[in-house]
Amino acid sequence: MKRFQSTVVLICLVYLVSSHWSLGVAQQPDRSKPPELGPPPSLTLPAIQHLKLSNGLKVVLMEKHQVPLVQVNLLVNAGTAMDPAGQRGLASMTAAMMQEGAGNRDALAFADAVDFLGANISVNAGMHTTTVSLFTPLSKLDSALALFADAALRPKFPAEELERNRIERLTTLLQWHDEPRVVGSTLFNNVLFGKDHPYGPPTMGNETAIRAFSIADLKKFHSTYFHPNNATLIVVGDVTAKTILPKLNALFGKWKAGKVESKTWPTAKQVEARKLYLVDKPGAAQSVIRIGRIGVARTTEDYYPIVVMNTILGGSFTSRLNNNLREEHGYAYGAGSRFNFLPLPGSFLASSDVQTDVTDKALTEFMKELTNISNISDDELTRAKNYVALSYPSDFQSVGEIAGRLGDLVIYNLPDTYFNNYTNNILAVTKDDVVRVAKKYVDPEKIAIVVVGDMSKVESGIRALNLGPIEKLTIEEVLGSKPVLGKM
Amino acid sequence: MKRLLLAALICSAFLSAAAQDVRIRVPYTRFVLPNGLNVILHQDRSTPTVAVNIYYLVGSGREKPGRTGFAHLFEHIMFEGSKNVPEGMFDRWLEAAGGNNNGSTNTDRTNYYETVPSNALELALFLESDRMGFLLDAMSPAKVDGQRDVVKNERRQSYENRPYGMAYLTLFEQLYPKAHPYSWPTIGSMADLTAASYEDVVNFFKDWYVPNNAVLAIAGDIDIEQTKKSVEKWFAGIPRGRNIPPIDPVAAYLESEKRLVMEDNVQLPRLYMTWHAPGVFTGMDATNDIMASVLAGGKNSRLYKRLVYDLQVAQDVSAYNYSMRLGSIFIIEVTARSGHTLQEIEKLVQEEIDRIKRENPAEREVQRAVNQYEASFLARLESVENKADQFNNYFQFTGNPDFFNEDLYRYKAVDADDITAAAKTFLHNDKRVVLSIVPKGKKDLAATYTQEVIKQ
Repeated sequence: MKRFQSTVVLICLVYLVSSHWSLGVAQQPDRSKPPELGPPPSLTLPAIQHLKLSNGLKVVLMEKHQVPLVQVNLLVNAGTAMDPAGQRGLASMTAAMMQEGAGNRDALAFADAVDFLGANISVNAGMHTTTVSLFTPLSKLDSALALFADAALRPKFPAEELERNRIERLTTLLQWHDEPRVVGSTLFNNVLFGKDHPYGPPTMGNETAIRAFSIADLKKFHSTYFHPNNATLIVVGDVTAKTILPKLNALFGKWKAGKVESKTWPTAKQVEARKLYLVDKPGAAQSVIRIGRIGVARTTEDYYPIVVMNTILGGSFTSRLNNNLREEHGYAYGAGSRFNFLPLPGSFLASSDVQTDVTDKALTEFMKELTNISNISDDELTRAKNYVALSYPSDFQSVGEIAGRLGDLVIYNLPDTYFNNYTNNILAVTKDDVVRVAKKYVDPEKIAIVVVGDMSKVESGIRALNLGPIEKLTIEEVLGSKPVLGKM
Repeated sequence: MKRLLLAALICSAFLSAAAQDVRIRVPYTRFVLPNGLNVILHQDRSTPTVAVNIYYLVGSGREKPGRTGFAHLFEHIMFEGSKNVPEGMFDRWLEAAGGNNNGSTNTDRTNYYETVPSNALELALFLESDRMGFLLDAMSPAKVDGQRDVVKNERRQSYENRPYGMAYLTLFEQLYPKAHPYSWPTIGSMADLTAASYEDVVNFFKDWYVPNNAVLAIAGDIDIEQTKKSVEKWFAGIPRGRNIPPIDPVAAYLESEKRLVMEDNVQLPRLYMTWHAPGVFTGMDATNDIMASVLAGGKNSRLYKRLVYDLQVAQDVSAYNYSMRLGSIFIIEVTARSGHTLQEIEKLVQEEIDRIKRENPAEREVQRAVNQYEASFLARLESVENKADQFNNYFQFTGNPDFFNEDLYRYKAVDADDITAAAKTFLHNDKRVVLSIVPKGKKDLAATYTQEVIKQ
């Protein structure tokens, strides 16, 4: 902060000097230190407009007129966390099937209509929110919006498309056995959250569940949650309230409200002791390392200090983990950490893919960094805060990015001032804040450590570190046995 | 504050849609410094952000056998400090100013880019100019060794430890004669990365990292006149280098069909069919893009609909035209479902190739693909990073940074006859490389092959 404020006068001087260059005399720049910078620009976004359709459906609009494009996202409070017991994967399958024909078009006709417009319509099930999204050139908005409304409100759920999706997903489950990174992440989430928590098992579901979904299940999931009183429309792009509202009212205004039960979830049990989980992947050129514990919900008051602390630990290129494992030791192409911020406490994860023959050494460096993070320098603190705060405006360039950010406001009930105040909230974080959240959320004694690699080469080294009890698993134990798929 | 409100009223890049004739307008200023550095400036004040993007017109295509992977290793070394930027400070200073940066290398060029808040443009220019002018003052064998290890891990992560990860390394090697610079991968071989020396770094820098072999694009929240002066200030003193020799490649052609098999740690077999195609922005390059879309872009594309949707013998199909300066590669890639062989898959793909050579695609198939390309042009105008990169890319290949409309019209001009002609001209049955990647011990699932490639 200080560094910038003291330099306003200097910048004016540069302007004066520069007027002499028209004489063609190239001045030798002073390279003895990096140039002094003027005050950083602040982000002032166009107003967030809160509108309502005739049936009460909330609309959040931000006008953006630079490029003739429009993004429309329908957010519905219905995600994979709402999967009924024994039906893990239902939200995800429902979302996939909403793209398989809608209104009076079957799957192929629907895809042809969307593609012909050069538009993009997709449906994604997140943990707590299903998003139906539309990206379209302004010139095709009317036709694209009609298709978008069909997908959201009138999916056909054809039986033959369910069979196609079933086989596609079972085949994906089979292919996961090839991917050490998928194996590592799956095991990590299993270990942290267990099989009964929505953040535990893969959101696509297992073979048994995928084989069992019926069309009635999908229709029930859709009709339970897809109501205007359980949804929000987000619009960003080259439109105004006046031009877009009549179109939205015509398509969504008659959508009927319904009663939606609220849902609660079990609290995940925090990791209480350090434990290692090793998975053998013979011949692997690298070991996949996933380390962490349960973090905290997005709504935490510690949000800003955690973002700064994690930036120092593993959230930027110069972060300690990347600097240590990549730059100092050359063990990996990269290393980092993140807090997975969700409505319920998500994971805190530190990770890297490291060269097989240094797996034990890399684990030692991870432990070192997780232990040392409660000790930070002023220089690191300033750099991390500036990095997060001052790069923030560059995330607001495309209509898709902005719509995604507005979605966070809706999902986490953040105030409209959130974006414009973000920079100052980050810059207000103190060293004490960072040290406090480091101690509170990063406890190297209470973590799960997952390693997927060639155990014939790495296991003895890992055991010699004596980091804690070790459980060995096969890929099949992590992912389930390979689905048997033959000629149908 | 005020400045931003004003800026919102200015449309810096837009389409004027008068009737059917769409024109993209991306105003820019271009100048050349006496040392040969090309500079392109574009103002867009939508967000208080500036994108700085520099292309050095050297990629793995300028490497010599025995030193493959060097252009990319060098890219890594460029971040390790220069005369006035101590090791580690390039990233630290940028992050402290709220900047992001990265670089990338392909066959034809190496690029470096920063995204910074508009007050930090001077810092980005200082850093870029210092490594263009004074890299060797701070170079040491230890720095080369450090990045050699990082790059080897990049190779492991991106190729060796990835299912089917060795496919493209094999295909390029087989498509091109040994002396052709596209025959080796941009990531390089482990042996060559080990062999790269400090002297190689010095010579490579002197040969290629000179202002007259570079183009600098700056897009975003800038004042054009002021930025012009800043660029002069930081870059004008860097001396011009040698004249860059024209690239003189050996001809790329296949005398016959090559049919290969490779075993990998995978569950399902995958088929790759590849052909030579005209270089980027030449010949029927755009037509081949549209043909790829007709074949495998979306549910109604020919290969997807037949193999994945109707017959359900494949998990995925893709087709694309990978465009490069000296010549492109047209690729079809299909993963078989359990219980299906690549012989079966290849027969179906071949039927579709024969069909597209024999009869014109329907008007709607072509128009659907063209419309998607047209929308993608708009999407590319949304961020200052994309615009800066696009300017440089157009300049690199056409000499004209503002090639947006010409490029768009390449696609809009494609019709059904062109597709059939391109298929007949390029998708030869007797001049192609067909590679089967199969699970270990399952060579019986492969398409017909005459040669086995062992995964290193």
